Amino acid sequence: MTDTHRAGANWPFWVTIVAVVSTYLLFLLGMLLATATYTSPHHLVRALGSREIQYATGLSLVTCTVTAVLSLVVAVPSGYLMARCNFRGKNFLDTLLDVPIVLPPMVIGLCLLILFQTPFGQAVEKVVPFTYTVYGVVLAQFVVGAAFAVRQMRTTFDHLPARPEDVAMTLGCSRGKAVRLVTLPAAKRGMFSAASVAWARSLGEFGPILVFAGATRMKTEVLPTTVWLELSVGNLEASIAVSLMMVVLAVAVLLAMRAAGERP
Amino acid sequence: MISLEGVSIRAGAFSLEDVSFSVPGGAYGVLMGPTGSGKTTLVEVICGLRKPSGGRVLVDGVDVTREPPGNRGIGYVPQDGALFPTMSVREQLGFALRVRRRPAGEVEGRVAELAGRLGIAHLLERKPAGLSGGERQRIALGRALAARPGVLLLDEPLSALDEEMRGDMRDLLKSVQREQGVSVLHVTHDRSEAVALADVLLVMRGGGVKTADVATL
Repeated sequence: MTDTHRAGANWPFWVTIVAVVSTYLLFLLGMLLATATYTSPHHLVRALGSREIQYATGLSLVTCTVTAVLSLVVAVPSGYLMARCNFRGKNFLDTLLDVPIVLPPMVIGLCLLILFQTPFGQAVEKVVPFTYTVYGVVLAQFVVGAAFAVRQMRTTFDHLPARPEDVAMTLGCSRGKAVRLVTLPAAKRGMFSAASVAWARSLGEFGPILVFAGATRMKTEVLPTTVWLELSVGNLEASIAVSLMMVVLAVAVLLAMRAAGERP
Repeated sequence: MISLEGVSIRAGAFSLEDVSFSVPGGAYGVLMGPTGSGKTTLVEVICGLRKPSGGRVLVDGVDVTREPPGNRGIGYVPQDGALFPTMSVREQLGFALRVRRRPAGEVEGRVAELAGRLGIAHLLERKPAGLSGGERQRIALGRALAARPGVLLLDEPLSALDEEMRGDMRDLLKSVQREQGVSVLHVTHDRSEAVALADVLLVMRGGGVKTADVATL
C-alpha cells in the first residue's frame, strides 16, 4: 500500500512566529515612542538641569555600580556551589536563593526595616547606619540584584565543563587555584552578564528603597524615587524626562557591559 | 610503576570491589572494559579526583591514596582532552611548570621540546576553539607530560578520533611513552587498541579487574 500522508506546509508556522514577535516588539517600541514624544527637548533640558535630579542621577549610578560589584562577590561562590556540588538540603537552599525574586518589593523593604529593629540589626546600625541612608539604598538594591546575579552565575557554571578544572588539579593546582586560573577566566562573559543584570535591576529598584531607605530629596533619592516624587506633585514632564534618561542609561550600560564581556 | 591494592569504590548504585593490579615501571598498561563498567571512575580514583571507599593507590611504590591530585606525579589526559578554553596552546603546555614556579627559560624550553615532538609547534599561539580532535589530544598529552610525571593516565584517548587519525595517534602514544620512560595506564573499550599497545593487559569484568594475556584476546 502506498503512503498517502503528505507533510503540511511550513509557512503557517513561520507566519505565526513572525506575527507574535512583531506584535510584541511593536508594543514595546510604541510604549517607548509614546513616552519620548510626550515631552519636548525643552522640558528634558530643564529637568536635567535641576540640582535634585542631578543628585539622583549621580546616586543611582554610584549605588547601582556598588551593588553590581557586591552582587558578583556573592554570586560567583554561590553559583559555583549550586552548579558543582551535591549536598543535603540543596533543593531547600535553591528555593531560598530565589526568594528575593518572588517576594513583592514592598515586602523586601519591610523585612529589611524589621531586621534592623532586632538587637542584631541595632548593633550593626551602630557601626554602619542603614535605615534611611544611602547604605540602605545599596542594601535594598543588593537583596534583589544579588539574587538575579546568583541565578546567572549558576547557569554560567552549569554550562562550563568541570573537567578542565580537574585536569588543572592533577597538574599541581589546589581547587582554589584551579578555579582562579581555569574556570573563572572561562566564566568571564557570565560574570559581566551577572553584573549587568544586577546593575539593571538595581537601577529600576523602587519599592524596597522607598520603605527601607526613604525618599528624602538630596539624600536617599535615586532616579525611580524622582519619577515617583515628581509624579506625586503633578510634574509629569520632569518624571517623563527622568524616565527617558533611565531608559538611555540602562541601554548604554547594558551595551557597554556586553561589549566588555565579549572582548577576548 | 602504578599499583592498586584492594581498591573499592562506591558511587550511588555503582560499585567496584577489591580492585588490585600493577603496571610495572616503563610499561604500557591497557585497561579494557565495556562502556559503563566504571573505567572513568577508576581513573578518577587513581588521579585523586575521587576518594576510594577502601584500599591503596601506589605510584612508584609510594602510597599516594591520601595525596591531593597535584602531588601524585600522575599526568592525566581525559576523554575529550578537556583543554583550558581561554589559554593558548603555549600556555596549556607550560601550565604545570608555571604552577610549579619554574624559571621562564625552562618553561619555554620544555614547551618547545614537547610542541616539536608532538607536531603541534605551528599551533602554539592558537586557542582550543576550532582545533581538530587529533590536535586537541596531542595538546592534552603534551600538557600532561610537561612536568615529567612518572605515570600517564589516558582515558579513551583515541575514541573521539577518525580511523586514519587513530592509527597515527596510537603510534605517537607508544613512541612517546618509550622515549619519556613513563608508565602508562590507557583505558579503552576498543580491542584493537589494546592488542596494538598493551605490554600489560587488564580487563574489567564483574565489578573487578583481572590481568589477561594479549595473545588470548
